[in-house]
Amino acid sequence: MSANLDWESAKLVDIADLTPDIRLFTIKREGCFVAPSPGSHISVIVLIDGRPVTRSYSVIGACRDGLYRIAVKRLADGRGGSRYMWSLEPGANLQLSQPVNHFNLGFAAREYVLVAGGIGITPIYGMALTLAATNVPVKVLYAARRQSDLAFATDLRAHLGTRLETFVAEENERINLNAVISTMQPDGELYICGPIALLENAKSLWRSYGRPIERLRFETFGNSGRFAATAFRVEIPRLDLAIDVAADESLLDALERNGVPMIADCRRGECGLCVLPILKIDGRLDHRDVFFSEEQKASTDRLCTCVSRVNGEVVTLDVPDRRCRR
Amino acid sequence: MYPLNAWYPAAWSHEIEHALAARKICNTDLVLYRRTDGVVAALENACWHRLLPLSMGRLRDDQVICGYHGLVFNSSGRCTFMPAQQTINPSAQVRAYPIAEKHRLVWVWMGDPALADPALLPDFHWNDNDDWVGQGGTFYDLGCEYRLVIDNLMDLTHETYVHSDSIGDDNITSASFDVEHTDRTATISRWMLGIEPPPFWAKQLGRPGPVDRWQVVYFQAPSTVVGQVGVAVAGSGAQEGDKSQGVEGAFLAAIAPATGTTCHYFWNFVRKFRREDADLTRALNIAHVNGGTGVYDQDHVVLEAQQKAISANPRTPFYNLNIDAGALWARKAIDRMCADDHARSSAS
Repeated sequence: MSANLDWESAKLVDIADLTPDIRLFTIKREGCFVAPSPGSHISVIVLIDGRPVTRSYSVIGACRDGLYRIAVKRLADGRGGSRYMWSLEPGANLQLSQPVNHFNLGFAAREYVLVAGGIGITPIYGMALTLAATNVPVKVLYAARRQSDLAFATDLRAHLGTRLETFVAEENERINLNAVISTMQPDGELYICGPIALLENAKSLWRSYGRPIERLRFETFGNSGRFAATAFRVEIPRLDLAIDVAADESLLDALERNGVPMIADCRRGECGLCVLPILKIDGRLDHRDVFFSEEQKASTDRLCTCVSRVNGEVVTLDVPDRRCRR
Repeated sequence: MYPLNAWYPAAWSHEIEHALAARKICNTDLVLYRRTDGVVAALENACWHRLLPLSMGRLRDDQVICGYHGLVFNSSGRCTFMPAQQTINPSAQVRAYPIAEKHRLVWVWMGDPALADPALLPDFHWNDNDDWVGQGGTFYDLGCEYRLVIDNLMDLTHETYVHSDSIGDDNITSASFDVEHTDRTATISRWMLGIEPPPFWAKQLGRPGPVDRWQVVYFQAPSTVVGQVGVAVAGSGAQEGDKSQGVEGAFLAAIAPATGTTCHYFWNFVRKFRREDADLTRALNIAHVNGGTGVYDQDHVVLEAQQKAISANPRTPFYNLNIDAGALWARKAIDRMCADDHARSSAS
């Protein structure tokens, strides 16, 4: 990830519920305000079981008033960050980084399509507003489970008009990615943020049309998979270890907690540094990373320990080059 | 102090070919190159991976290959190849900067790309070699803050002292001048009527007798200056608009901050007279810059010495005189642009 996080004290100045489970937090950071570019996120220190942990949230919009806004979806089966954020009341003190951008909006394409699934709207929102103010063709496709989950639809509609299309799964509406991708201009760019299944579908279609992969831009937070996150057990015969991984913690965190020497950088399934070989699996492997290719994910040889999980009982891993340090 | 939301000159068009060129603008290292379709690209000059300057790598078609581990970036800064893996890390990219090419220069926009409107390019048409002819050149990494160059050009009384052997003249210091300004421009006009021309202009006019001399210097924020200058036979109507009995030239300056105390100064001296005379074009270039003896070389010495003094003795930088009106309107327009930048990036 390689960004120097410059932590600064901040104060939660306002909260507002956008939907029953999406809450908007307005935060004032002490010191110098740095304007977020579209696609930026900020990191927040959250407390999970009393331990400080870093969580990243996309910044909502351009923050022209000098206040950062983030939207946090309450996840019952999450790793605890959203529970902490939802416990905060206005006036609460926070530690906040400056905005960092790993999902930059380009400026040279002749056509943009933005695709958001659920809470994936958060980075897309600012991009949509930026592009809406230009003459460049833009289309925003925003999908959610229920009508009431479309937290930013009204606001976006005001800026985009018919350039916004919404899709409600409960009403059997689905984004037709094939239709969208097949009709885009050759140098068009697609930006996508949402569940990994949506992204993998887009990637696969994108490739099938022979489009250059660098024009498909995406961001994931490594917390969505094909299966719900459940507890499982990891065994490492070489270290004579058996570790229980809770539903709300990552495999990597569990390994580190038990003294297994690990290297990791991005911790969101991008860089591939934390990959370990799988010896045996009892259950279904849930690849949640974007490091492995489609072909690689078809096998059960290796997994990215930072995000990927097992839906089942136990996975047996190897750590060929290291010893336990306990 | 410089605004980022502005077009700055980064290179002469002819300098940027299908090859990697490093340049620092506004404290940011850039790598510039011309794509095979003729469009110029500007990228942050540091590989996403380990920050090696991309200018140390090489071009393959329109993409830059890092000279360290072979990561490849396209002209939008997006990584298109990563060694030893089947996918590309989605955050892998280097920043790309909007570019516009106009009036024989390559201009770069260092601020918010959404604001990079080519309609905001400064009017620099004098540099286009149609009605006006000149060769020009650049002082790269001139050792002074860019505003010192603007101060220099917006007040030509310095000619009397810095360039006393060519264009300097006591008449400049004794003539009155007019200043006009808008939010983004400042113009200082000085007419010296019925004077003996200084040596340079006497030679260009090639006719004896008194002249009417003019200097109309036009600043466009943040950093271009065009000075229309010349002499005409005294009383022949030049001030009223008839310059047929005179010789007209223009000094052109487009300046980019490199750091807080250095700049790149793209200059030209163009003329409307004897346009086909290539020897004169060369001679005029040499008169301006010639291994330390040209007119601009004289400015160069003064500007760098001034910056050294400012850096060494940073009391409230300096005092201002009546003659600095043009420079101060220019600085005020720059300040306004900086404030606009600041308002965009720090709303509180």
